Amino acid sequence: MQINTTRAFLYSLFIGLSFSVNASEISEEKEGEKEFNVTDMIMHHIKDAHDFHIMDWNGHAVSIPLPVILWTEEGLVTFMSSEFHHDDSGNVVVEKGGQKFVKYHEEIYYANNTPNEQGSYVNFDEEHHATNATPLDFSITKLVFSMFLSIILLLIIFGISAKKYNSDGVPKGIAKFTEPLVVFIRDEVARPNIGEKHYRRFMPFLLTLFFFIWINNIMGLIPVFPFSANLSGNIAFTLVLALITFVITTFVGNKDYWKHIFWMPGLPVPMKIFLAPIEFMGIFIKPISLMIRLFANITAGHIIVLSLISLIFIAKSAWVSPASIFFSVFISVIEVLVVAIQAYIFTMLSALYIGSAMEEHEH
Amino acid sequence: MSLALLQEAATAVDYGAFAAIGAGLAAIGAGIGIGRIGGSAMEAMARQPEMQGKLQASAIVLLAFVEAVALFAVVVSLIK
Repeated sequence: MQINTTRAFLYSLFIGLSFSVNASEISEEKEGEKEFNVTDMIMHHIKDAHDFHIMDWNGHAVSIPLPVILWTEEGLVTFMSSEFHHDDSGNVVVEKGGQKFVKYHEEIYYANNTPNEQGSYVNFDEEHHATNATPLDFSITKLVFSMFLSIILLLIIFGISAKKYNSDGVPKGIAKFTEPLVVFIRDEVARPNIGEKHYRRFMPFLLTLFFFIWINNIMGLIPVFPFSANLSGNIAFTLVLALITFVITTFVGNKDYWKHIFWMPGLPVPMKIFLAPIEFMGIFIKPISLMIRLFANITAGHIIVLSLISLIFIAKSAWVSPASIFFSVFISVIEVLVVAIQAYIFTMLSALYIGSAMEEHEH
Repeated sequence: MSLALLQEAATAVDYGAFAAIGAGLAAIGAGIGIGRIGGSAMEAMARQPEMQGKLQASAIVLLAFVEAVALFAVVVSLIK
């Protein structure tokens, strides 16, 4: 009995700290009916979803439905993701505007007319990938929702701090927090890397980059409902940010920049021929490394915290929980540092690449 | 012929083990890198205690770079 109450206490403590491991899994774990699959749980958290899953309660998923927006052969179709009734194996068909849709592994497909033996309305190839046609999916998914939320938060924070300056330009309230950060980006990132002459033009971009990445990283660390989505650990998100840096670098690049890539001065001709392809590849590798660095750091952070929590279920013992909770708190504290550093590094390297493209050489 | 053999071998191999070895190798590399940065930063701080703040800041940034390389390897081992 004593052990049971301790166990119950530890479990409830653990539920308070974690968000994806859920109540139904615990009860099933006790009955030994279903093996708890750590990889599935972590991958489900890392990936995007059509509804915002909060927890499971007595075997029922509790989640916030989000709008599904599809561009189909017959035009725009919209409905709420709750119409799938939490189904993710292609078993529940939603009929809208004469077309049928199913959701399988968070992808929306056109449904077949008849189900297969497993009750699923999608066809599979040998490797168990769905082969049905897909409509264009513009849904407000979990990550899109999270991104909108971060934009609203940024607008509120900076809208308020812009109004907090009195007539002598002294900051008050929240502006006391934001001003040093803005000054830091200006004096430590933009000025030394881009140069005194041009840095002002890129300040809006660099500041947006820094605060947007930072706030999304922090939101990923908060394990309660409106937050916790793994947005900056999504490769599409980091791809777009790196692409913007790439486009800016390419368009602001001056004559010297291109000359140093394709025909660098002061080198023998064979060396120039040898180095030109390498330098050319460097144009693309730089933004790709930006993209992967942010994606890998944030995803790895989420995976590590969830794996440490999952140790309890792998070991099937409540006595592991103090250690696993201690380590996950420890890693979370490190993550608070890492997310700020990653936002800073992304901004600093963007500034460095832009600066190197605009550098004027004296030959 | 040899291609068919290779394919057969590839289907029989458990990639998970190789992924684990890869992640381990990446951890060794990152460990060496972080160790060197930490050691040098400590030494520099001992020589010039007045530079401590600046050294600490740049050491942390460099640590993040080294860690990122290790995480590249982790991502590669996650992808089958």
